[in-house]
Amino acid sequence: MKLHEYQAKKLLAAAGVAVPQGVRVRSPACVQKVFAAKLDKPWVVKAQIHAGGRGKGKFLSGAHQGKGGVELVSNPRALEQVVRAMLGHPLRTAQTGAEGQIVRNLWVEAGSQIDREIYLSLVPDRAAERMTLVASAEGGMDIETVAEKHPEAILRLPLDPAVGWSPHMGRSLVKGLALQGAAAASFLALVRALIDFAERHDASLVEINPLAITKAGQAIALDAKIQIDDSALFRQPRLAKLEDRYEMSAEERQARAHDLSYVKLDGEIGCMVNGAGLAMATMDIIAAHGGTPANFLDVGGGATREKVEAAFRIILRDKDVRTVLVNIFGGIMRCDVIAEGVVAAARNLGLQVPLVVRLEGTKVAEGKKILSESGLEIIPADTLADAATKAVAAAQGAKQSPKKAAKNTRGKKTKTKGANKKVAQKKTTGKKARKATKKKVAKKATKKKSPNKAKRRS
Amino acid sequence: MAILIDSTTRVLCQGLTGAQGTFHGRQALEYKTKLVAGVTPGKGGGRHLSLPIFDTVGEAAAKTGATASVIYVPPPFAADAILEAAAADLPLVVCITEGIPVADMVRVKRALCGSATTLIGPNCPGIITPNACKIGIMPAAIHKRGTVGVVSRSGTLTYEGVWQLTQAGLGQSTCVGIGGDPIHGLGFVESLELFLGDKETEAILMIGEIGGDEEARAAEFLRSENRAGRGKPVAGFIAGATAPPGRRMGHAGAVIGGAAETADAKKALLRGAGVVVADSPADLAKAVLTARTKTRGSAGGRTSGKASSRTNSRARSRTNSRAKSRTRSASKR
Repeated sequence: MKLHEYQAKKLLAAAGVAVPQGVRVRSPACVQKVFAAKLDKPWVVKAQIHAGGRGKGKFLSGAHQGKGGVELVSNPRALEQVVRAMLGHPLRTAQTGAEGQIVRNLWVEAGSQIDREIYLSLVPDRAAERMTLVASAEGGMDIETVAEKHPEAILRLPLDPAVGWSPHMGRSLVKGLALQGAAAASFLALVRALIDFAERHDASLVEINPLAITKAGQAIALDAKIQIDDSALFRQPRLAKLEDRYEMSAEERQARAHDLSYVKLDGEIGCMVNGAGLAMATMDIIAAHGGTPANFLDVGGGATREKVEAAFRIILRDKDVRTVLVNIFGGIMRCDVIAEGVVAAARNLGLQVPLVVRLEGTKVAEGKKILSESGLEIIPADTLADAATKAVAAAQGAKQSPKKAAKNTRGKKTKTKGANKKVAQKKTTGKKARKATKKKVAKKATKKKSPNKAKRRS
Repeated sequence: MAILIDSTTRVLCQGLTGAQGTFHGRQALEYKTKLVAGVTPGKGGGRHLSLPIFDTVGEAAAKTGATASVIYVPPPFAADAILEAAAADLPLVVCITEGIPVADMVRVKRALCGSATTLIGPNCPGIITPNACKIGIMPAAIHKRGTVGVVSRSGTLTYEGVWQLTQAGLGQSTCVGIGGDPIHGLGFVESLELFLGDKETEAILMIGEIGGDEEARAAEFLRSENRAGRGKPVAGFIAGATAPPGRRMGHAGAVIGGAAETADAKKALLRGAGVVVADSPADLAKAVLTARTKTRGSAGGRTSGKASSRTNSRARSRTNSRAKSRTRSASKR
C-alpha cells in the first residue's frame, strides 16, 4: 500500500525524522492554513499522487497545463493561483497512464537552504533476505539511473534482524557519502530513526530522495515515498486507514473488494485465470499468438460463483475488451463450480463479447458438461495453445466487424431478458451496437471449424 | 529415490483442524501419504481425521516420529509456526500459507541460518513425489511417477507443466513449488542441486517468473555444473513476458524491479546456461523432450559422446553423496 508524501512526512515527523514544515491543502480555502502556519518562503507546492516523476510531469488541463507537479511560489497570491491551477486536474508523469492522475491533495512546505542532496532508502533485498539500507551521494537522481551509470556509487547495508544497528555501519555510511561533523551526526540520527520507523510500521519501502543536508548542517527529508507491506496491514490498522482509494482505478477498487488480484493492461483479450503464474503465462501465450491481453486477473485458489461473477464484471468494464478468455486449472478449485459461475455471470451480465473457456483439472468433465448444456455461446478450448488461438481469432473477428452486422443489433437486443436488460440498458446505444456486432462475428467465427479460417476471412 | 520426500516420510500438519488443513489432510491421507499427526495449540489430546492432535510440534514429533511438517496456519501465526517446527528440528517444513508479512520472513530466514531445517515456501503449492508422498495442495491426479524433476515458483502453472508432462508420457520424480514470495525457503539453486544429485531424476523442468534474481543465479549454477560435467537436461519457462514493469502481478515477488528481472533477460541467461527455454507456456513438455534429445548428443550430457568422458564417475558419485546427505537428513529413515 502506497502512502502520499504528506502522509509519509507526518508519520516520519512523529517518528523523529526531520522533515520540512508543511501543510496539506485539499481546497483553495486551505491556503489560509499555509499563511497561518507561517512557513518559511519560498513555498514549495507539491501535487500529491501515487506516482514518481511529479516534477517532470505535465498537467493535462487547467491553468497549469503543460507545467509540472512541483512549483515554487513566494507570495500569497501566487500560491492561491497555483493551488487553483493544480487541484482537480490530471497530472501525467512517466509512471501514470496516458490519462494522468487527478490531483486531489497538495502539500505546501517551507523551502530549505540546501547544501547538498543525498539518496537514501530502505528496502527488502531479496538476495540478502534482509531489509537493506541503500544510499548514494547522487541525491535527486533516479536510483535506477545511478545503478546503471555508477554502480560503485551506491552503498548497500543489509540489516541483520538478530544484530540490529552497530556504530561501524554508521561510520562506513558517512565515509562513503563524505559527510563530516554536525552533518554526519544529523544524518545518522535520521538513518536510525528511519530504520526504527520502518520496523514499527512494516514498511516495505522507505525512499528519501532527496535527503538534504542544509547549509546549517541538518539532515532533512525533502521527499518521502513510503509503501506499507500489504500482508502486514492486519497489524497496522492505523495505516490501513490511510489508503487513498481514489488512486486506484474503479476496476482495481472492485477487485480489491472481492479479494481478486487485477492489473489493467492495454490489450483486447480479457483474462480470468486462477493462480498468478498461470495468469501471467496466459497473457504471454495470448501475445505469442498475436493477440494482446487486456488485463492480469487472478481469481485465487478458492473462487466462488460470486467471485467469478465479480471478476467478469471487472473485466467487462474495460471497453477495449473484445473477447474474454477463462483459463482455469482446477486444483482445490473445482471446474464444475467455475463452470457454474461462468454460466451465471454470462447470463446475468448479458455477455456481449465472445467467451473462450478452457478448463482442466479437478471435475473437468462435469465442468465442460455444464458449459455445453448452458445454451450459451461459449467457445470451449482444450489446451492452453488451443485457448489462445481461439481467443485471438475471436478478438480479431470482433475487431474487424463488418458494418452490416451492426444493423442487426436492434432485433438482437429485444431478445435480451431479465437481468440482461438492466445491464444492457445502462450502456449507450453506440456501445450496444459495437458489442452486439462483436458477438455476431464471433458466432460466425466459432461455427467455422478452424479459428484461423475466421481470421483469414475477416 | 526422488528428492526431499518419499514413501517413508512421516508428516505432521500444523493447522490440521482448520478448514484448509482438514481438506488437504484428507486428500493427503487418500494419497497414502504418511500423515501421522496434527498440531493445534489448545486442542492437544483430541483426534481429527482419526489422527492424534498435539499442542506443540515438539511433542507431536517426539510421539510420532514425524520428520516433516506442513503448515496451513493463517498469515498472522504462520511465521511462528515455521519457527516452532524449526525449533523442533524437523528436517523439512512446508509452508502453504499465503500473505505472511515480509518482516516476519526476514526473521524466519535469519533464524533458519545454520539450522538443519529445510523450508519450502511460503505461498507455495507444496511438494509431491508421485505415488509416494504428497505434502501440499496440488491435485494428485495430474501426476505420474517418472524421471522429470519439476521446480517452480508458481502453483497452477506448475500443475499446467506437470499435466503437459504426464500427457506426453513423461512422469515426474518430484515436483516442488518453491513459492511466489520475495523471501522464501528452498530456492531454484538448492532444488536444482538436489535434482542433479538424484539418481532417479534424468531431466529437470524449472518454471520461473519475472522479479528477483533467483533464475539468474540458477543459470550461473547450471553453467558451472555443466562445465564440471554434472549437468542434466534442463528445460525452462519464465512467466510474465507481457507484464508491465513496476506492477505486482499477483505474487508478492512477481514485480519487475529492473532490466535484469524481466522475462527476456532471464530467458537469455538460462539459454546461455544450456537450458531449453520454451517461449510459450504450451510447450513445457516439448521443451523437456527437446532438452533430452539435445543433451544426448552434446557436452554437458551424461549419456554419450564427449559428455561421457567428462562425466567421470568420480564427479557423479561426489554429487550423489552430497545430495544424499541432504536428502537423508530430510527423510531421516
